[in-house]
Amino acid sequence: MNNDALLEVDNLHVSFSTYGGEVKAVRGVSLRLHRGETLAIVGESGCGKSVTARSIMRLLPKNNSRITEGSIRFNGRELTRLSEKQMRDVRGSDIAIIFQDAMTALNPTMMIGEQLMEGVIRHQRLSRTEARKRAVEMLQFVGIRDPELRLKQHLHQFSGGMRQRIMIAMAAICSPAVLIADEPTTALDVTIQAQILDLFRMLQRTTQASLIMITHDLGVVASIADRVNVMYAGQVVESAPVKELFRNPQHPYTRGLLDSIPRLDRPRGAKLDAIPGTPPDLFAPPKGCAFAARCPHAMEVCGLFPPDSVKLDGEHTVACWLQDARARTMPPQGPAQVETASASQG
Amino acid sequence: MAQYILKRFLSMLVTLWLIVTVTFFLMHSIPGSPFDRDGKEASAAVVQNMMSFYHLDKPLGVQYLLYLKSLLTFDLGPSISHYPTTVNTMIDRGFPVSFQLGAAAILLAIAAGIALGTVAALKQNGIIDYIAMVLAVIGIAVPSFVIAPLLIKYVAVKWGLLPVASWGTWKHVVLPAFALSVGPIATIARLTRANLIEVLTQDYMETARSKGLSPARMIIKHALRNAVLPVVTLLGALLANVLTGSFVIEKIFAIPGMGKYFVDGINNRDYAVIMGTTVFYSALLIFMMFIVDIVYGFIDPRIKLHRKGA
Repeated sequence: MNNDALLEVDNLHVSFSTYGGEVKAVRGVSLRLHRGETLAIVGESGCGKSVTARSIMRLLPKNNSRITEGSIRFNGRELTRLSEKQMRDVRGSDIAIIFQDAMTALNPTMMIGEQLMEGVIRHQRLSRTEARKRAVEMLQFVGIRDPELRLKQHLHQFSGGMRQRIMIAMAAICSPAVLIADEPTTALDVTIQAQILDLFRMLQRTTQASLIMITHDLGVVASIADRVNVMYAGQVVESAPVKELFRNPQHPYTRGLLDSIPRLDRPRGAKLDAIPGTPPDLFAPPKGCAFAARCPHAMEVCGLFPPDSVKLDGEHTVACWLQDARARTMPPQGPAQVETASASQG
Repeated sequence: MAQYILKRFLSMLVTLWLIVTVTFFLMHSIPGSPFDRDGKEASAAVVQNMMSFYHLDKPLGVQYLLYLKSLLTFDLGPSISHYPTTVNTMIDRGFPVSFQLGAAAILLAIAAGIALGTVAALKQNGIIDYIAMVLAVIGIAVPSFVIAPLLIKYVAVKWGLLPVASWGTWKHVVLPAFALSVGPIATIARLTRANLIEVLTQDYMETARSKGLSPARMIIKHALRNAVLPVVTLLGALLANVLTGSFVIEKIFAIPGMGKYFVDGINNRDYAVIMGTTVFYSALLIFMMFIVDIVYGFIDPRIKLHRKGA
């Protein structure tokens, strides 16, 4: 299975330098994306999912961020070692990204057509006439009527859902092998969300593109993903096929997430389960499991050593001491040390 | 759009009328009259004849109405100190010269200002940025009438590169246009820098980058257009700056433009010239502001919608 992976990220570490010190936003993320597959990356705000996505395209600002470790291979090509110029040929052509808020992610003073066309002109050396034809096709494809007329319009003349459709058309216009969608439905209301998800499905059926869907919405995950990576504090804590994940979540954080979805079949007035506490400080990440301080099942060992990824059956992996037989045989440590470890997380 | 233009046109007329009225009464409140100078007193009868010829013997209110009436026929009247030359002739002669100078200065200011501001923004907090911004502060702080003599002293007299003064070839335009544009260059450069730095952090710049565009295309196609919008707004004010600045510069470089007639007109209490040039410049300025507003709508497509509602 591993050898036909289109995109492979291994042990990726990304740091930001700030006035307060170095923030380790991504700490050893690995992921695999196969052809035509949809991988969802879920997690709460600040867990590093967007940073992971931007690292893949090397879009992070050069002046304050750095990939400190790890590799990103696309089609066997190591992206972390490409020059900025070589990377420009990859961006938009092989890997394209769809941002959350099309209102701010599209240029307000440029005609929509111009913004759609410049990518194909750049990457596929099309003439303006050909590029315009392609842009019209793409607008039609994403369901925008009167594409010829719409090309000459500006951002403010479109509704929120249409803007996101344009954003998608723009990302897909060069037929990239990998599409990264960074919370593409978060800024939209629910009915439009459903339409946009349908559009993603249709896009995948026709182009066979692989999709990385970044979201914090488990509903989106359930409706579109083939596989899910759950991220917490800059690490992937659990990875599984979507059905397996919802049916058989193994990491306490994943379970916490699933339990905190409001459900209509609960009795009225029942309290919504939430995960207590807050994510750890990434200026000084805890030395053990990052979730230990909030975990209802935390053991001594959790505060002391980071858990390894454990392979369960099939493609289900989880990074949790509860799944690791060695947890029982770990050398006993003084309880004082455990306390200092968890205290430093608060 | 047509309705908007009509509305703007009417309000332009009202503005112009207010300027005419205020200038007229202010001007007449300056002590002295066109005929009492040089110590060579003309005889009382001559003065009396002159006064009645220019309607200066009538009550101020009547003079004002008479002026408005001739203004409606675009007749700015004869000059008092250069009779029989009319103010219209003076404008015919002087304006093309002033226009060349002003246009050269504005074009230079836009080109150099945007270029300087862009370089400074791209090298933000680098040495080039600091040098450019120090130059800009100096440019804003030092008035053109200080820069002009310095330019004459060094460029023209000491190094002999360009003519000292007067008008004729393109060489005569360089120094005065530069002196006139230093302030606007500095203002535009600072504004462009500030806007561009802000625009570069916008989400759509990241989108442009994610499409694999080259930095040059990102700056030129995506960033600059948004960054120069406020510069366009400023152009109206800068135009006023350049126009009034040109009075002084024309005087310093002995350029036979409108500014020279205007300054001489005030010195001579040449009522017709003062009024004529003021009205002309005001009309020009109001018209330019109008053009700027229209241009703004072309650069920023979001503006047009608001007009429909207005």
